[in-house]
Amino acid sequence: MAVKVRIPTPLQKLAGDKSEVEAEGATVKDVMNNLETLYPGMQERLYSEEGELRRFINIYINEEDIRFLESDATPVKDGDVISIIPAIAGGVER
Amino acid sequence: MHYIMEAPPQVTRFDKSVLRKIGHTPLIKLESITRHLAKDVEIYAKAEWHNVGGSVKARPALRMIQEGIREGKLGRGKILLDSTSGNTGVAYAIIGRILGFKVQLVIPANVCKERKGIMASAYNAELILSDPLESSDGAIKLAQEIYRKNPDKFFMPDQYNNPYNWMAHRDTTAKEIWEQTGGRITHFVAGIGTSGTLMGTTRGLKSFNPNILSYAVEPAEALHGLEGLKHMETSIVPGIYDPSVFDEKISIPTEDGYNMVMRIEKEEGIIVGQSSGAALCGALQVAEKIEKGIIITVFPDSCAECNIAHGDFSI
Repeated sequence: MAVKVRIPTPLQKLAGDKSEVEAEGATVKDVMNNLETLYPGMQERLYSEEGELRRFINIYINEEDIRFLESDATPVKDGDVISIIPAIAGGVER
Repeated sequence: MHYIMEAPPQVTRFDKSVLRKIGHTPLIKLESITRHLAKDVEIYAKAEWHNVGGSVKARPALRMIQEGIREGKLGRGKILLDSTSGNTGVAYAIIGRILGFKVQLVIPANVCKERKGIMASAYNAELILSDPLESSDGAIKLAQEIYRKNPDKFFMPDQYNNPYNWMAHRDTTAKEIWEQTGGRITHFVAGIGTSGTLMGTTRGLKSFNPNILSYAVEPAEALHGLEGLKHMETSIVPGIYDPSVFDEKISIPTEDGYNMVMRIEKEEGIIVGQSSGAALCGALQVAEKIEKGIIITVFPDSCAECNIAHGDFSI
């Protein structure tokens, strides 16, 4: 599945200064792994050493927070837009 | 934990309102978290959530507004417009409500719903949401764009570039700390966002005693979750930020800041925001290297609503 991934400003340097990139995968985790292959260094900023999504990072598929879906195992489909959003003050709303 | 001397009350020209509740915040001695330190090393935190609006930002917000009125920039019919990630917005909204001017705030869309609720529902400010991917820098850019299109309509305090931001701290925070410690302070540690707290308080304290050492706490990573703090290297650098004012910079990883918030809650019984956790991490790093000293740090807010709503900063 090909999806668009929206990159937050502080990580855009890693992604060739782009705010949106294409990536592939069947689940969110796959897409994140693919993102790391395409743009090395991305993963360690988003995930802890134990492989958990960092507490201050929220990932959305279209408008839905993956923590309310199936987290990393959430399936993705062609054309989905994934947004990586740092939390502000524990923020969960967009 | 215990409180030491309260700062003396200060009369402002708005002293018939809750705006009197700005400044004169208590200084709290941290007793438990500091137990491992040398016996002559003490850490105190300025409890800034005691300001009206619940944060340190009431101080610069009030000062910038007072000066805006004095200079004729915030006259009849003008709307106050600025970018904020929360606390300054709450302060503007409260002051606007009391003094009777409209407030428009540009905030990143990912600011938590509790803050948005306080600003919009409780104090009637109009919120304009900026791209959450760009965080506070996106809000700064959007506010400037809106202002440029209609400069006559707005008064924009521009907290990142307004010298009255840091002057508020030089004239109040520094003075209070000096008086509350009886001039015994040796080190000052504070987080940097707009950098107003650090710039102003440091300048004020060094005017009382140039030997006081000052430390800036910033997030260790460009992508961080320490709300209110800025990673200067990768952000729009505020015009009021001057690295020559302080002595050293301390970088704190987000997770360390979050964990310290939990420790402060469990060991000291105080609920504070994430930037307070980072500030205390910095203060402890300084404290662990010295044998004697009085270290003062600033706890900018309590963020109790967010903590209660989201528990361990998660959902």
